[in-house]
Amino acid sequence: MNRALVAILACAGIVATFAAVFAADQVPAQKPISGYDFMTPEVQQLQDDDFANPGLLWVEEGQTIWDDTKVASGKSCASCHGDAVTAMRGVATRYPAYSVEAGHVINLEQQINQCRRERQGEPDFPYESEPLLSITAFVSTQSKGLPQSVAIVGPAAESFERGKAFFYQRRGQLNLSCSNCHEQHAGDHLRGESISQGQLNGFPIYRALWQTMGSTNRMFAWCNEAVRAEPYPAGSQEYVDLELFERWRGQGLNIETPAVRR
Amino acid sequence: MPNTRIRVPKTAKAGDAVEIRAIIQHPMENGFRLDSQGTPIPVEIITDFSCTYDGGEVFSVKLEPGLSANPYFSFFLKATKSGPVDFRWVDQDGTITTATEQLDVT
Repeated sequence: MNRALVAILACAGIVATFAAVFAADQVPAQKPISGYDFMTPEVQQLQDDDFANPGLLWVEEGQTIWDDTKVASGKSCASCHGDAVTAMRGVATRYPAYSVEAGHVINLEQQINQCRRERQGEPDFPYESEPLLSITAFVSTQSKGLPQSVAIVGPAAESFERGKAFFYQRRGQLNLSCSNCHEQHAGDHLRGESISQGQLNGFPIYRALWQTMGSTNRMFAWCNEAVRAEPYPAGSQEYVDLELFERWRGQGLNIETPAVRR
Repeated sequence: MPNTRIRVPKTAKAGDAVEIRAIIQHPMENGFRLDSQGTPIPVEIITDFSCTYDGGEVFSVKLEPGLSANPYFSFFLKATKSGPVDFRWVDQDGTITTATEQLDVT
């Protein structure tokens, strides 16, 4: 290939990138701050403790599932992917992402289930079940310290727009949108509790209130109930779209799974 | 069997106080909560936790409802001689979960 052509292609590439960035006209409304920074020192300490962090129990369980060959196809996750430490590094930063197989944007849980269905010949792990939380936490934690960077252009653009609309839509008896608290009042207090930006970089999280792990979708449902709105079912497209928008809002925040929150 | 995590230093000097840590994955359901249908959720807890060092008991706890999920214990042990540190959790229905780690004293 001659040099001129390479230069033209490179320019075209840059233009396309800019066009894509501007087309989505997109900068988050505020500088992302991890939920970690809104926690009390005690909670932060528990998260940082590489032994006492309760989320690690689920991560360990996830490792067992990763290596489990007792499935219909006889192939564990590790049989194809190999060592998760290298194979799954950075994966969680990219989800939710558009899936060609599914034809829409899916989150990490759904990707794991898709893999399980098609390559292991097993039924889906139910949403919010212990094994799904464990394997998701295990896969996510491999990206610890890497910045979130989801794609919101191309086939994911539509989903992103829906998620954005959801975030700014007032709902429930209290008539509050996500943005009313998590954007306009992040850092303020609701009685004794500080309001975070609602970032997702630590999910699945160990939440003291729940005394267990919870996924993004459980958190969304909880938040929806808190403003007295009817929550959507876990794994619904509405929540996946919202997750995509939220992950994009936290673009550049480092993954800290398994995070501990109050 | 519930998932457990224990931490015992591999080696220690004789006479040193070493930190022992143990955690078990357990819901510690207190029996006072109701599910979404209003039916009481039955109590489900761990009732006993103990730790033995080279055969002798060094730490023992009786657990009650009201403790938070995934109970975590941390305590110090005076290292005297090499031996196994055994952990034992007993569930309310008698299920026993154990874990062990060798401590070498130099």
